[in-house]
Amino acid sequence: MPSLTRRFMISPRDFVRAGEVSIEIQGLLKGIGFPAEIISRACICAYEAEMNVVIHGGKGTATLTLDEDHIIIEVEDDGPGIEDIELAFQEGYSTAGEEVREMGFGAGMGLPNIRKNADTVELRSEKNKGAYLRMSFSVKRER
Amino acid sequence: MKISEVRDILGASVIAGEDHLDRSASVGAASDLMSDLLRCARAGVIILSGLNTVQAVRTAIISGAVALVLVRNKQPDEEMVAQARAHGMPLLCSAHSLFAACGMLFREGLRGVDEPPSPE
Repeated sequence: MPSLTRRFMISPRDFVRAGEVSIEIQGLLKGIGFPAEIISRACICAYEAEMNVVIHGGKGTATLTLDEDHIIIEVEDDGPGIEDIELAFQEGYSTAGEEVREMGFGAGMGLPNIRKNADTVELRSEKNKGAYLRMSFSVKRER
Repeated sequence: MKISEVRDILGASVIAGEDHLDRSASVGAASDLMSDLLRCARAGVIILSGLNTVQAVRTAIISGAVALVLVRNKQPDEEMVAQARAHGMPLLCSAHSLFAACGMLFREGLRGVDEPPSPE
């Protein structure tokens, strides 16, 4: 598997473009020829994370890193941060507003979906200091 | 169940992806919540939703869905149609409610993601 790093910009509150980065990542991973199952898990996580930045974050980036055994996706933003990380992972917990819910997001399932699909998840955040999310997917994982 | 059969059962119009109606749906998923649909992602899923924003199309693409059906006579905007066309995603519109559309497809043999896949 080739080694590669790609960085993408994510614009806050841009709901028309939201998701474009994840679809670009999906295209890249398909082009390289990863198994469909791992692409699916990685892109669901990328999409949920990208939406979180668009909904809550400030300016953000997504970084895709591929090595021999892993797909790693890091999503960072300089938004308001997450006060209670444990609570944020709870199904149904959301601080998203009505406008976001009308678009089919903000149901409090984003981070739980990420935890379900990624092999490892690391989330670091403090109030007013943005958020850093690292998700990895093992290519050789036995399921 | 072929997408062309879904079209006929639901009396749906095809807005995009006319060339891909011979694809088969093995399971169905329905929601207006995108994260719920992402939970149902799997090869061969067909998505029914009342959410007519471009995010519904992107959710279908990310989910690996074979088609997206908009219910309750929701009409897609230009951006949705452009995205669906660009990714070869069949986009259908049905006048039925989400409940009725699901029931009609279920009656014809399509099952949900929590049940064994229906025969093609």
